Amino acid sequence: MSLLFRNARVIDPASEIDGRMDVLVEGDKIVEIGPAIPESRIKLSSPATDSKDPFLPGGGIIDCAGKILAPGLFDLHCHLREPGFEYKETIESGSRAGAAGGFTSLVCMANTSPVNDCRAVTEYILRQARERACTHVFPVGAVTKGLKGESLAEMAELKDAGAVAFSDDGKPVMNSSLFRRALEYARGIGMTIISHCEDLSLTGQGVMNEGFVSTTLGLRGIPNAAEEIMVLRDIALAELTGASLHVAHVSAAGSVRAVREAKRRGIKVTAETAPHYFSLTDEAVLGFDPNTKMSPPLRKAEDVQAVIEGLKDGTLDAIATDHAPQSAVEKDVEFDYAANGIIGLETALPLTLKLVHDGHLTLMEAIAKLTVHPAGILGLEKGRLKVGADADITLIDLEREYTVEVGQFKSRSRNSPFQGWKLKGAAVMTVVSGKVVFRAA
Amino acid sequence: MAENQGRGAPREVSQKPIQRWAGKDILGIQEMSVAEIELILDTAASFKEVSTREIKKVPTLRGKTVINLFYEASTRTRTSFEIAGKRLSADTINISASSSSVVKGETLIDTAKNLEAMKPDCIVIRHSAAGAPHLLARLMDVPVINAGDGAHEHPTQALLDLLTVKEKVGRLAGLKVAIVGDILHSRVARSNIWGFIKMGAEVHAAGPRTMKPADVERMGVHWHTSLREVIPIADVIMMLRIQLERQEGGFFPTLREYSRLFGLNMEVMMAAKPGVLIMHPGPMNRGVEISPEVADGPFSVILDQVTNGVAVRMALLYLLVGGEKESERSSL
Repeated sequence: MSLLFRNARVIDPASEIDGRMDVLVEGDKIVEIGPAIPESRIKLSSPATDSKDPFLPGGGIIDCAGKILAPGLFDLHCHLREPGFEYKETIESGSRAGAAGGFTSLVCMANTSPVNDCRAVTEYILRQARERACTHVFPVGAVTKGLKGESLAEMAELKDAGAVAFSDDGKPVMNSSLFRRALEYARGIGMTIISHCEDLSLTGQGVMNEGFVSTTLGLRGIPNAAEEIMVLRDIALAELTGASLHVAHVSAAGSVRAVREAKRRGIKVTAETAPHYFSLTDEAVLGFDPNTKMSPPLRKAEDVQAVIEGLKDGTLDAIATDHAPQSAVEKDVEFDYAANGIIGLETALPLTLKLVHDGHLTLMEAIAKLTVHPAGILGLEKGRLKVGADADITLIDLEREYTVEVGQFKSRSRNSPFQGWKLKGAAVMTVVSGKVVFRAA
Repeated sequence: MAENQGRGAPREVSQKPIQRWAGKDILGIQEMSVAEIELILDTAASFKEVSTREIKKVPTLRGKTVINLFYEASTRTRTSFEIAGKRLSADTINISASSSSVVKGETLIDTAKNLEAMKPDCIVIRHSAAGAPHLLARLMDVPVINAGDGAHEHPTQALLDLLTVKEKVGRLAGLKVAIVGDILHSRVARSNIWGFIKMGAEVHAAGPRTMKPADVERMGVHWHTSLREVIPIADVIMMLRIQLERQEGGFFPTLREYSRLFGLNMEVMMAAKPGVLIMHPGPMNRGVEISPEVADGPFSVILDQVTNGVAVRMALLYLLVGGEKESERSSL
C-alpha cells in the first residue's frame, strides 16, 4: 500500500533538506520526495483495508500541514530487558513505547538474562523483534562473556548473528588490557565498541552525584572523576588501537572536554548523552525519589551546561535515551537499595525539542542527533529521508503541549522522573517500513 | 521540599513564637524553622521535671501507641525513646529489624503498611539508609519521627544537644561550636550544623580532609583541618565517634594517627576556653577521639546530653501525638 504525506515541513539532516514538500511511500520504501506530489500517484491497492486502519482514517493521504516530517528517530542506547526481565519490559512493549516516542529503530543493550554474548541470544532477540516489535530492533552484543569483564565474547559470531556493536553497558570493562584487546579485535572485524565509562573503585558505594546535594542528603557520592578517568582511559586506548570507540551516556563536564580534545586530535571517538543529563541536575534527588537514581548520576548545573555545550559544538554526536525500565519492586524501596535507571523512550523527543525551544540547538541539529548521527556511528543506513530508503518516518508537532503522565506510557515500567512535567513538542505519527505504527490521539 | 534547602544562612532568632506543632512528622532539622525549634526546646525543658519525680509518669499519652522501628543497632536512642513514651503513659513497642530484610523478606513499605494497619499513633524509625523515614512519612498518615537515617539527619540528637547547650550557657546565639571528626559519615554532624546555625551560633568543623563532605561550607560551616585551630575559639566542642572500619576505606591510616591528630586529651584541652562544654553523642571510643580524663572531666556534659534526650523525645511525642495537636484534631 501507499502513503502520501502532504504539506509537511520536511527536514532531513543527511541531505540538509528543510522545506515544504510531499513524501510518497510505496510498500516499505520512500519513492518520491518533492513539491506537490499529485494524489493520482498514490496506489490504492486495497482501499477497503486502508480506510479500516484505525491509524489512517483518511486512507493513505496524510495532511501534515504545520507538522515536521523527519526521518524515523534512531535510539542508539536502550534496554528492552528481554530475555530475562520481561516483567520490566519486553521487546514488544519497548518497541511500542519507542513508536509512541517517535522512534523507528532501537539499539538494545546486552545486559539481559542470559546476557547477549552468544549467537543464540542475538537470534532470539531478532526473532522476537521480527514477530512482535513494531520498530526495527538492533541488538548490541557483549564485549565480555557474561559481562564479567574476564574474557572476550565471540564477537565475530555475534556480528554474524546480527549484533551491530559491542558493549558491556551497565558495567565498564575495568581491566584495561582486556579492553585494549576488545578494541583491537573489534577493529579487526570492523565494529564499534560502546563504552560505559565508570571507574567502579571511585563509585564505591556511591548512589548519587558527589556534591552539596549529596552532602545535605547524607547519600554517598560519586565524583565526576569516576566517569572522566574512564573516558580518558578509553580515549587513550582508542588512540593506541585505532579502533572506533563510542562513549555512552556522557554526564560530566570533564568527559565532554576529553571527547572534544580527542576529536580535535583525530581519534576515532564518538559520544552520546541522554536527555536527563541536559534536563535535570542532582537537585532532582532532593526528596529521595528513586526515579532520580541512575548510572551515571545526575550531575551539577555546570555539567548540564557542559553537556549542552557539547551538543552544540558537535562534541556529543547523538542523543540516546538509555531507556532503562525498572519495576516497582526495584524502585519502591529506600534510595540506597533502588536499582539504577529511568525510562526515556516516551520523553526523549520533547526534552530534546526543549533545547530547540530554548535556542540551544537548531531543529536540524536536534533531529540529526536523534537520527542520522546515531545510525552513522554504527554504520547503518538509517535515519535518512531519500528516495529508495526504508520508509521510516516520524511526524512531529512542535507546538503540541501536554503534561507527562507515566500512567499513559506504553512501556511496562513507570520509572520516570518527568512525571507531571509540562512539555512541548511530540511525535504525532510514527511510520516503520511504510507501516503506521503509532498515531497520536 | 525543604523550606531552607541549600541555605546555610542563620535566620532571625526573634521569630514569632508558636504554640503548637503544625507538621505531621519530625524528619530533619534542615526543614525546621527557628520558632519550631524553640517550641520543642521550651516544651522539653518543661518535661524535664517529670523525670525527677518519685513517680516518673504523667498520663498525657495514655491509650496511645508508639512503635520504635529500629533497623540499626542502638542502645541509647531506642531506650531514650522507650522511656520517653513510658513516662508519658504511652504503650511503646520496640521492633528490631535487620536492614538485610530488604534483600530477603519484607520491604520497608510493606512493613510500614502492616504496622499502620495496627493503628499506632507514632512511628519512630532508625534506618541505615538515608531517606528511609521520608519514604515512611510519605506513605503513612501516622506521624513519623526520624531517629537517625544513614548519614542524613539525627534530629532528636541535635535537639537534645541544643537543649543541653542552651541550659548550660543560657543562650545559643553568638556561640562558637566546634564539631570534630568524621563529618562525612555523621548524621549527628549534619543535624547539629543546621540546628546551631539556625539558632544563631557559628559552627566550625574539623577533621581529616578525607572526611569533609563535598561543599560542606555551603551549609554555613567553617572548615578546619586541624583540631588545634578550633580548640581556642570554641565555646562548645562536640567530638564524633570514629569508626574503625573507616580505616579500611582509606579515610585515615591508623587509629593511632587519627587519635594523635584529632583526639581530645588534656594536653589539647590546655588551649581551650575556660568553661568550654565538651559533648559527645556516644557511644565513645575512649582513648581514641576522646581521652577518659576529658570525657569524665569537669567540662564534660556528655551525661547531661543523655538526660536531656529523654526530655526532648517526651516533648516531640507530646507535640506530635498528644496535647494541643489532639484537641486541634478533635475540634475539626
